[in-house]
Amino acid sequence: MIQFLTVLGMGLVTYLTRLVPLHYLGRKQLPAWSLQTMRYIPTAVLTAITVGEVLFRDGRLAVGIDNHRLPAAILAGIVAWRSGNVLLTIVAGMLAFWLLQILVA
Amino acid sequence: MTPDPPASTSRARFLAGVRRELPLALGVTPFGLIYGVLALAAGLPPWLAVAMSSIVFAGSAQFIGVQLIGAGAPPAIVILTTFIVNLRHALYGFSLSPYLRALPDRWYALLAYLLTDEAYAVTIIDYRREADAIHRRWFLLGAGLTLWTVWQVSTVVGVLVGAQLPPGWALDFTLALTFIGLVVPTLRDRPNIAAAISAGIIAVLAHGLPYQLGLVAASLVGILVGTWLERRV
Repeated sequence: MIQFLTVLGMGLVTYLTRLVPLHYLGRKQLPAWSLQTMRYIPTAVLTAITVGEVLFRDGRLAVGIDNHRLPAAILAGIVAWRSGNVLLTIVAGMLAFWLLQILVA
Repeated sequence: MTPDPPASTSRARFLAGVRRELPLALGVTPFGLIYGVLALAAGLPPWLAVAMSSIVFAGSAQFIGVQLIGAGAPPAIVILTTFIVNLRHALYGFSLSPYLRALPDRWYALLAYLLTDEAYAVTIIDYRREADAIHRRWFLLGAGLTLWTVWQVSTVVGVLVGAQLPPGWALDFTLALTFIGLVVPTLRDRPNIAAAISAGIIAVLAHGLPYQLGLVAASLVGILVGTWLERRV
């Protein structure tokens, strides 16, 4: 139930970010700083989540060789840098991760 | 690609929106599949994973929401993070509103629901080129409904497939990989690089904070550092 309410709340704030500027604020000018700020939102939020997902296992910092997500993520980063292709990045990272699981375990 | 018909009827504009959106809709199909698989891997019940696609209808926010809900983050943090990530939609609303003046309220209510990255991308191009002001709304409606339909179908398929996959495959890792694929290509200028590095450092240092507050802190620091560096240059 609490999960469903959370999803409803997510839906509500998402809807408001779309509706309010489209309908009510359309005639106002957006201040320049807000445009600058928005440019860095995806970079900052997605990096923060990714770092937590890759560097932490079960709530502890895991930067040793037994954390196979770390080298797989680095490889994925190189693929992303060179290709700019999200799907290719996912495929390369998953393959590297599975390969390490098989080889090392 | 065939040129749009000259007729400016609502039907023709609607179909033009559908046609322009189709390639982008096909492009998001794999992400709908991955989202469905990931939602189950994160521990969401299948019905909620499907419901989120129609209630929220925003790809990156759904990926993040699934991760946070799966990690047991409190609702306020999940909703706040969703809000921050979706603020960019406000730009789309601002950008389209001069083209969509004085419509009945129910049109704003509907078009706002359908205003995704992908629908905006084709719509703003069309509005800047197309002089017909009366039937504009139908283009966005066609584009938005096309993406909506493809997103819902691919989510359901992803949930069905995800239910069959063994947990040992660690498919939750696709979340981090998706974000790496999105972020790394943006790291081409100093403010973005600094935003990423500072957010990453704070994410490590503040990881122990309760309620995933470390994530919020890291995001805010990254955003501030990026903005501040840009203003200095």
